[in-house]
Amino acid sequence: MFFLDHIWLIPLFPAFGAAVMFFFGRKLQKQTVSIVCVGMVALSFLWACGAVWQYQGWAEANHHQPFQKVMFTWLGTDTGHMNYTTHDGTLAPFQADAGFLLDPLSAIWLLFVTGVGLLIHIYSTGYMAHEGGYYRFFGYLNLFMFSMLTLIMGNNYALMFVGWEGVGLCSYLLIGFYFHRPAASAAANKAFIVNRIGDAGFLLGMFTIAWYFGSLRYVDVNLLARSGHFNIGDPIITAATLLLFVGACGKSAQLPLYVWLPDAMEGPTPVSALIHAATMVTAGVYMVARSNALFVLAPTSMKTVAIVGALTAIFAASIGLVQNDIKRVLAYSTVSQLGYMFLALGVGAFAAGVFHVFTHAFFKALLFLGAGSVIHAMSGEQDMRNMGHLAKKIPTTYRTILIATLAIAGIPPFAGFFSKDEILWQTWSSEGGAYRILWLVGFITALMTAFYMFRLVFLTFYGKPRMDHEVEHHIHESPKSMTVPLVVLAVCAVCAGWLGWPHSLGGSNRFEHYLDPVFAREAQVFQEEGKEAQLVAGEKEEKHTNPLEYGLMFLSVAAAGVGFGLARRYYAAADKGYAEPIEQAAPPVYRTLQNKYYVDEAYDYVFTGRRKIGDVRLGAMGLGEASSWVDAKVIDGTVNGAGRITRLSGKISSWWDKWIIDGLLVNGLALITHPLSWFARLLQWGLVQWYALVMVVGLVGFVAYYAWR
Amino acid sequence: MQSHILSIILFTPLLGALLLLFVPKENKHAIRWIANMFALAGFLISLPLVPMFWEQRFEPGFKFLEGGANNWIPSIGAGYNLGIDGISFLLIMLTTLLGWISILSSWTAIEDRVKEYYIWFLVLQTGMLGVFMALDFFLFFVFWEAMLVPMYLLIGIWGGPRKLYAAIKFFLYTLAGSVLMLLGILFLYFNHHTLTGIYTFSIPALYQTAPQIPYHYAFWLFLAFFIGFAIKVPMFPFHTWLPDAHVEAPTAGSVILAGVLLKMGTYGFVRFALPFFPGVVTNPKVRGWMIALSIIGIIYGALVSLMQKDMKKLVAYSSVSHLGFCTLGIFALNSQGIAGSVLQQINHGISTGALFLIVGILYERRHTREISEYGGISNVMPVYATITMIMFLSSMGLPLLNGFIGEFTILQGTFMENRAWAAWAVPGVVLAAAYLLWLYQRVFFGKVTNPKNEKLHDLTPREVLTFVPLLILAFWIGLYPKPFFQILEQPVNQIVQTVRQPNANVNAELPVVHPEIVAQTSQGGK
Repeated sequence: MFFLDHIWLIPLFPAFGAAVMFFFGRKLQKQTVSIVCVGMVALSFLWACGAVWQYQGWAEANHHQPFQKVMFTWLGTDTGHMNYTTHDGTLAPFQADAGFLLDPLSAIWLLFVTGVGLLIHIYSTGYMAHEGGYYRFFGYLNLFMFSMLTLIMGNNYALMFVGWEGVGLCSYLLIGFYFHRPAASAAANKAFIVNRIGDAGFLLGMFTIAWYFGSLRYVDVNLLARSGHFNIGDPIITAATLLLFVGACGKSAQLPLYVWLPDAMEGPTPVSALIHAATMVTAGVYMVARSNALFVLAPTSMKTVAIVGALTAIFAASIGLVQNDIKRVLAYSTVSQLGYMFLALGVGAFAAGVFHVFTHAFFKALLFLGAGSVIHAMSGEQDMRNMGHLAKKIPTTYRTILIATLAIAGIPPFAGFFSKDEILWQTWSSEGGAYRILWLVGFITALMTAFYMFRLVFLTFYGKPRMDHEVEHHIHESPKSMTVPLVVLAVCAVCAGWLGWPHSLGGSNRFEHYLDPVFAREAQVFQEEGKEAQLVAGEKEEKHTNPLEYGLMFLSVAAAGVGFGLARRYYAAADKGYAEPIEQAAPPVYRTLQNKYYVDEAYDYVFTGRRKIGDVRLGAMGLGEASSWVDAKVIDGTVNGAGRITRLSGKISSWWDKWIIDGLLVNGLALITHPLSWFARLLQWGLVQWYALVMVVGLVGFVAYYAWR
Repeated sequence: MQSHILSIILFTPLLGALLLLFVPKENKHAIRWIANMFALAGFLISLPLVPMFWEQRFEPGFKFLEGGANNWIPSIGAGYNLGIDGISFLLIMLTTLLGWISILSSWTAIEDRVKEYYIWFLVLQTGMLGVFMALDFFLFFVFWEAMLVPMYLLIGIWGGPRKLYAAIKFFLYTLAGSVLMLLGILFLYFNHHTLTGIYTFSIPALYQTAPQIPYHYAFWLFLAFFIGFAIKVPMFPFHTWLPDAHVEAPTAGSVILAGVLLKMGTYGFVRFALPFFPGVVTNPKVRGWMIALSIIGIIYGALVSLMQKDMKKLVAYSSVSHLGFCTLGIFALNSQGIAGSVLQQINHGISTGALFLIVGILYERRHTREISEYGGISNVMPVYATITMIMFLSSMGLPLLNGFIGEFTILQGTFMENRAWAAWAVPGVVLAAAYLLWLYQRVFFGKVTNPKNEKLHDLTPREVLTFVPLLILAFWIGLYPKPFFQILEQPVNQIVQTVRQPNANVNAELPVVHPEIVAQTSQGGK
């Protein structure tokens, strides 16, 4: 149980690497930096493998409970005296552990995050070899690994939030890695702030959970949620799950908060692969899957998740049809694929959603790394209009990208086929006509996916070379450190789907059964209570033999084939100034798609206030300007006005004092006194002779008086 | 057995000020060294308080009591009476630390009237510590007012271009609040006499009698205290002295102003307004107003911050927003809210103190705080940029740094009372990220466009040293806040218990003076 007992080391290895880079990175050789940072992630990966392997044995003996390891009390006092009152008046301790949890769900994330993370670290040693700030880059990457691992390994929502914001920070730092480029720093800010909006929802959702269940620990919350005390459709649980989903929309780039992800492509390509494709953006899926016990109690939330997922899938895919920047195509593709995952979660097919996360991690990371290799070969060129005919010049890159494209397009037996098909099938077989519409949306998206992906392949690797001679001259295959991860990922992109080989094709779907301890019950609840339901394990075999499933499977493969055919027809021989079919067919549609439905502009008008509508500024900046005006004119104006009134009254007082009190009364009195005093003065003249005279006169007077009386 | 540790901590800075009186003013070097030694000594002397306090953290009541009731001016019942609980303990530690850091940060920033500067700074330090230690209302008020004078002079003499306006505004505004508070104190004092026949300013004694004041008197008393404290915090709409004072004050003055002075207002709420008038603060209307002002402060402060062109003003308005969280937590009136609030007060001292240092460092080099004068500073001052980033993150409440712990605890405490309050406050978290990151982008990112910024030198070791304790604390509170919560647990629960008692400030007439009490008093019983 060695690995399992010390499971806390898994996030701590990369944290150590990040700390080393923070304090000493500047002085270290590039080689040392690589050894430390790649080494730490490798250790995490090995440790994760060990822990997951040991968990198997542990779980057998412990009724498939999640394994928990609490390190210390992080928030709260630990004394039991700091409590809060929950919704029904009972006391609950204010507490959140620094504690880790391992169950099949976190095990899957753990393995692919550390695995793909390791490959991308290795790839980066080649990709970033000639860049400045090498240690900074790897320090951030390691910090990201730490945050991501905290996110997936925490045993409570508060700790998930730590990782959640942590990955957001690393994403910010890495998008803004080329901080001297204004576009990069603007994209970084956008990513962080949009994510913060989601995080605000997460926070409130978390508080709702604490208020309703009296704990933030998954095991406590799940136990209560499954206890049967709560009704399906409980309004508080609906609110909590919807708020959590706002968080998921931010992190996993769903409508309407997806806007940051395409811009995030300003970061170095390995970052796009690791953070903005394979791992971080799937955190929202993880969160919803982790909260499955709550979501199944809230059908409204489930429907919202499904609808938002489906809409995002088709919305992003349609934008992806016309993008020319190779990374932007992949970015919109990621948003679209994340939409699929949420669609799966929303119809209660949690395992299918997780399965798609898993396969997507490999082929999307591969696509981005492949794109990075192309960009590397093209001396930094990202515009596909200036590429073409690269297949022979960079063969390894070409082959691996081709495999990934086949995988994402859903061609059997590549990985994406199994996961995407499972999602579409589960959507179709959910009860209620509305789900057929969602299926149709997913189906059209599949067609679009195949089209834009093969468009990417044809524009990049086929057709006529459209680049400058200078650039053409320099085209070269990437170094081993970059191609080896590509090959490894390509193998995974072929094979990863086989883990979930469906029953209908004679497999055993081991992937879903592995997740049964986490989801099986939930699927059941969802079916029993709401009739719009999900398949239960037992019933599955039976339904899978349905010829309908084969039919749908055939349809989706056919759709992929159509996408491929269309792309081939229009782009396979593209020369300079090639025609865009959508532009020719419907120019307004093309312009709208090119401008991403003008969503960024709309947001700037309404939410940020960076653009004015006429003379009026709305949004945060509009409010800011209004507040500043109120502050200066009204509030401070009142204060200064009070001061001015005081001074005015002071002036009046001083005038009054000077002219009335002092002038009229005091000096006036003096003026009157002065002439009057002349008489008094006579008595005090100061002339001794005068005094003597007065005395003599007085004496004479007295004497005379008495004499004459 | 009386320990005199509080008095020693209290008067060490004053002793330094007295000593500086005898140093010739031409000898700036010696003055700087002496002032710094005393500031450091003031901090080091407060350190033994930590283990001493830690042992008694769960014990009820005030600790390290010193002096006694009425021992100072017996004829009116004023005493030199000190004592602390977990809340004042943390604020005292913050004060001694920030006092040292601010004095250290002034080394090169202050060039004229050096002697007076340090003397006033040290006097200020004693005044602030006294406010947090006093257990006698008379003594408290003396410190509360005494501390205004040095701050007034620090802004008025060593401040920026509009220093006189700012200093006078600061002084008069705060004074106006204090006068009302003084009236309140006197009412409590005479009320205590009416009820018990004893004239005393002792705060623990007044705790017993104040909650018996009938509501319609207690309400006006609360209002008097509220205005005094709300101006100090400052709560919306009493905040406009703050940006002016901050912008004009020298860096160290801003650090202390934001770090410690504002906390006196929130401390006043926690220490006096809540336990004195439980019936008033729990009144839904009063509480509703308090919460509303707090939430407006959070959002409004952040929005105004967003539009500032002057870095220091931006940070000043961000304080309005942050302090809004603190008052929100207080008026949640539960242990989480109040504990979170006190912790957030400490956090604000750490991160906003650091932010003012950060602005001051650029100002010292370039003599401008206009954001548009900068850009691309990361290229020339990488260490500075890194520290700034960490402190910005701490200020915007990123988990594993201190700010998050406070905000989270406050918001959760508030949520437990009322869902809508928490929901209204949460956008402040988003806006905090917006104004800080936008500031960071404009100042640090991009290329150096202004040639004047090309030759800026990075932090000196002394400047780094001023940040080290703040960084350590930021991470400590973020990673392992349990000790802080344990220190706060007892006093906070005590306050909540007092506030939540029934029958406080119930509607009744003021008690009539009982003849026997009058007789007792006239017989000379004090």
